[in-house]
Amino acid sequence: MQSANPQPQNVTFKATLMAGPELERALKRIAHEIVERNKGAEGLAMVGVHTRGVPIAERLATLIEEFEGIRPHVGKLDITLYRDDLTEIALQPVVKKTEVDFDVHGTRMVLCDDVLYTGRTARAALDAIIDMGRPAVIQYAVMVDRGHRELPIRADYVGKNVPTSAAEVVQVKLVEVDGVDAVELWERA
Amino acid sequence: MTAPAAATREPPAPRHLLDFGGWTAANVMALFATTDVMAQVLTRTIKKVPALQGFTVATLFFEDSTRTRLSFDRAARAQSADVISFAAGGSSLKKGESLRDTLRTVDRLQVDLYVVRHPASGAPHQLARWTDAAIVNAGDGRRAHPTQALLDAYTLLKRIGAPGDAPFAGKRLTIVGDIDHSRVARSNVELFTLLGGEVTLCGPATLVPREFGDLPGVRLAHGLEEAVEGAHAVMALRLQQERMSAGLLPSLAEYVARYQLTERVMAGAAPGAVVMHPGPLVRDLELDSALADGPRSLIEEQVANGVPVRMAVLYTLLVGKR
Repeated sequence: MQSANPQPQNVTFKATLMAGPELERALKRIAHEIVERNKGAEGLAMVGVHTRGVPIAERLATLIEEFEGIRPHVGKLDITLYRDDLTEIALQPVVKKTEVDFDVHGTRMVLCDDVLYTGRTARAALDAIIDMGRPAVIQYAVMVDRGHRELPIRADYVGKNVPTSAAEVVQVKLVEVDGVDAVELWERA
Repeated sequence: MTAPAAATREPPAPRHLLDFGGWTAANVMALFATTDVMAQVLTRTIKKVPALQGFTVATLFFEDSTRTRLSFDRAARAQSADVISFAAGGSSLKKGESLRDTLRTVDRLQVDLYVVRHPASGAPHQLARWTDAAIVNAGDGRRAHPTQALLDAYTLLKRIGAPGDAPFAGKRLTIVGDIDHSRVARSNVELFTLLGGEVTLCGPATLVPREFGDLPGVRLAHGLEEAVEGAHAVMALRLQQERMSAGLLPSLAEYVARYQLTERVMAGAAPGAVVMHPGPLVRDLELDSALADGPRSLIEEQVANGVPVRMAVLYTLLVGKR
């Protein structure tokens, strides 16, 4: 989740970085990597960060179930109450529900999100998860890593590395939210 | 090709919660959505989030209150805000200058939000003119008690509300008792009608001001059975016994006979109608004990919703306003 999605009138389209089939292939590769790294699907929990991390977590869980015959737990996480930049947000941010209906203790958790940028969302998500219990391990899967980290955080699974400038905006679109699968590059005017 | 979506934002809520002036139904419904999340936080093992870290909340109570003050205190601490409290005996501090001096002193402690209860109607409004901090009215005289109305409406929403910004459209709330001296009644009238509902007020003629009947969505009824007929929710107000010495009420026995809510009276209400009471409850006075403990009663839910609603109020007024 990027902290600052600009208003539509302030950005111009530059390029499509990934089309639907590429995005789907990247998800399949990540699902395989998760199973390989964790030596199976036992005890896996996919937790998506609102908004677009949620369908990514669900799709990865479905793919892992296809490959391994075991469906990982799936959870949704809203990190609004854990953000460190709340005082900089001008209007009231919308708090969404956190739905983690399984015991996180001892799980092999994969935190899922669309874009890794400054790392502040991941930091907040880690705090939110650790308040719920103590997973055995927390790994991090993102569709796009666009660089510009402000915290010592890295992803374990990356769909695509995209070098960007700060004026650019990476938009991951997913069928469940946006009606189409794509990764697009936009630029602020 | 559509551009990236703008980050979703609700219309901003007003700076203060003094009453519901300036609040739209959408503001209130956004606050209730936040309340859902806060309620969930309170069910976790660690019942605390860092959302209001670095903010200071001061509770200024110029009138006795235990429940409301504790509930705000808990609401602030559950979001990691710092809390300082100031309590004054109502008689030792006079209105006007001394109130201003008190505020001036506490303001030096870098307070971001004041929770104020004061026996004088309008005192929180006056404070709002003297400080840059946000003000939450926790009860001023007989004027307003908006967080009580919010928790009442939130509780009702879960039982009889419809989706959308007019969740109580077509729904009737009847409020019974000492309407005239009740800030709870005034705030509930304001909020329930803002959310699309209609209110019927009922009580002894000396305690129901006629001008309430002129408000949109409000009607008066003097007989209890007439008032309850077809109602979806009936709220009994606390009977302040000191009013009786003032000659506004004939006797306790007569009040009970004419205005006590019982299962028999509720038989005339809409099917599945619920019963509420803002507390503290004096059993078998305003409300028959069996009714208070029965399936119609929302009294326990009202108490339970106090903290999450107040968490949402603090969060809504503080976040992004520094």
